[in-house]
Amino acid sequence: MQNREEALKRKKRPFRWHILIFLAPAAIIYTIVMILPLAETLRLSFFYVDSTTREVSFVGLKNYLELFFNPYWIGPFLNALWNNTYFFIIHMLVQNPIGIMIAALLSMYHLPGKKFYRTAIFMPTLLSFVIVGFVWKLMLSPLWGVSKGLLESVGLGSWFMPFLGREETALTTLAFISVWQFIGIPMMLIYAALLSIPEEIIEAAECDGVTGFSQFFKIKLILILPTIGIISILTFVGNFNAFDLVYTTQGPLAGPNFSTDLLGTILYRTFYGQQTQPGDPNMGAAIATMMFLIILLGISIYLFFIQRKITRYEM
Amino acid sequence: MKKIILSGLTATLMMSASSVAYAVDLTIESWRNDDLAIWQDTILPAFHASHPDINVTFAPTAPAQYNAALNAKLEGGTAGDLITCRPFDSALDLYNKGQLAKLNGLPALDNFSDVAKSAWTTDDGSATFCVPMAAVIHGFIYNKDAFKELGLSEPETQAEFTAVLDAIKEDGNYIPMSMGTMDQWEAAAMGYQNIGPMYWKGEEGRLAIINGTAKLTDPEWVKPFEVLAQWGQYLGDGFEAQAYPDSQTLFTLGRAAIYPAGSWEITGFNNDADFELGAFRPPLPNAGDKCYINDHTDIAMGLNPASENAEAAKTFLDWMGTEEFAQLYSNALPGFFSLSKHAISLDDPLANEFISWRAECDSTIRSAAQILTRGGTPNLWSGMWTASANVINGTQTPSEAAAGLQSGLESWYEPQQK
Repeated sequence: MQNREEALKRKKRPFRWHILIFLAPAAIIYTIVMILPLAETLRLSFFYVDSTTREVSFVGLKNYLELFFNPYWIGPFLNALWNNTYFFIIHMLVQNPIGIMIAALLSMYHLPGKKFYRTAIFMPTLLSFVIVGFVWKLMLSPLWGVSKGLLESVGLGSWFMPFLGREETALTTLAFISVWQFIGIPMMLIYAALLSIPEEIIEAAECDGVTGFSQFFKIKLILILPTIGIISILTFVGNFNAFDLVYTTQGPLAGPNFSTDLLGTILYRTFYGQQTQPGDPNMGAAIATMMFLIILLGISIYLFFIQRKITRYEM
Repeated sequence: MKKIILSGLTATLMMSASSVAYAVDLTIESWRNDDLAIWQDTILPAFHASHPDINVTFAPTAPAQYNAALNAKLEGGTAGDLITCRPFDSALDLYNKGQLAKLNGLPALDNFSDVAKSAWTTDDGSATFCVPMAAVIHGFIYNKDAFKELGLSEPETQAEFTAVLDAIKEDGNYIPMSMGTMDQWEAAAMGYQNIGPMYWKGEEGRLAIINGTAKLTDPEWVKPFEVLAQWGQYLGDGFEAQAYPDSQTLFTLGRAAIYPAGSWEITGFNNDADFELGAFRPPLPNAGDKCYINDHTDIAMGLNPASENAEAAKTFLDWMGTEEFAQLYSNALPGFFSLSKHAISLDDPLANEFISWRAECDSTIRSAAQILTRGGTPNLWSGMWTASANVINGTQTPSEAAAGLQSGLESWYEPQQK
């Protein structure tokens, strides 16, 4: 008897290899393309290569100490961090609310040309940064751009200035260009979320006399809050990794006077070098690690303090 | 069919026969793939005519890949015999790694001045490892038709230059000067480094900074910034967002009268502008001052120490120091001027104007090019881009800009810390 029971027990718990096998492709690919490079970046940031002798030496946290305590590193780094934060704030204040608004309009029943708008607004998201940067640079050009003429035709000619060339306006202008390009993403996600709200709820609301704006704010918005949270996180990660738009419009020095310098551009200049400045992959890796930590911190704050407070409703 | 094969065979035979006639084959590594035709059709035939026993092949790589490709080839032992050298640290690096041979004692080197050789000489001056080929000269290109129309003549001094700019501005038909600060490097290369040598006295000032006997905050280094600060009012509307190609187009369309330039623009401007072009050198601070021009070394040729045909390669390098080469090269590429001491005559009048300044003025190179940009953060040359652009934009005063550069340099460059 006992023997049989034990045998049964053993039979009941064979090692479930299929779990590992099914997980393996994803785990292996993820390790190769994400975890290994991350670990390698971290490892790289602890080394120093002598520029003349090419000697590689382990220096521990020296690169980080240099980054934090040398005014010529921490100054530009903080400047880039602030610019990045500002860039993010503009996206949160402009891109996401407008995206939600467009999605709300698109989800209305009787909107003529709905499909056209949906496609047209999403289109720029598919364009390359290089094209977007070039087209906007050309449109805003004080020499050949259309923006001056457009402003003049509505009597606002005096408002025109070389937007990308002034320290006060360059970053804001770039943020708006980026908003223009990426507004399709929150729009699409919110649109999908709005469509998934069951008819019965809306009908019940209408029976109770909740329509129009109050229906949107009191019912729909509450139901799509989790999606808005996801969008905020996507925006945050996207913005703190941004680099391409600044590079294509303002060049690697992120002019004028570093007013458009983001963490991505400072990383690029450090890692690959610039003109006569040789690249420093080790310091670059230290900056990349800091960027990773900043993004990690942002996401953690969201996960632990915000997401938990969002109530999810069964729909 | 048979005929084709036969003629193909004969051609192959003839080709191999002709290469057998040459005793030695040499290969040149270069990033100037734009110049392939010039080397194949003009320069190398001239060399082969006088040296039938050496066959040279020009084998360029794309500019952006050159450094990486060359390193890989040198390390793999498959690099050509002759190596085109980039200026300063990238060539110096190769020499330090033993991938460029020391050329001291090569007779051709006597045909070049020390300034010309400085880009390919070790810091202590003990070894030279490349034969200088060409430099670009800074100055101003102007629209001759516009000057005629307004009755203006080439300015000699800073006061005259300002008067000319004022006159063009007052007339209002032309933008006085075509330059933008969007890309920043124009402000530094065609602004600060263009007019600056007149103030810091060329090599004297440049070496004083390297030796630590002068500071970037000294008057001779701040003065050019003060001049630049005046430029903003003479540039086109919205110059802060005007990029380098915009400036070129604005000038070649005939909308601007003066273009702060480097001689590399000559070929492009000759093709694009349908008005007569002239050039004048950077204005003298005061009448009667000694004049200095920025004659920036750009390209040279070195020897791969692993070459099996080092003697033949040296013969070629020696030929590169001759007047014949200087003449051929400078004429084939107007705007890239041979660095040799020979007096060469050029067919292109604009290029001729630029090179004539060498006889009147002392040459120097960009002040931040040698040693001062080595390894340190902040980088002085990038710093000059931003500082020059800021000064022209009026967002930084000349003395603030200079102070910023000086403190940045002091933070890592020992001779300046004393």
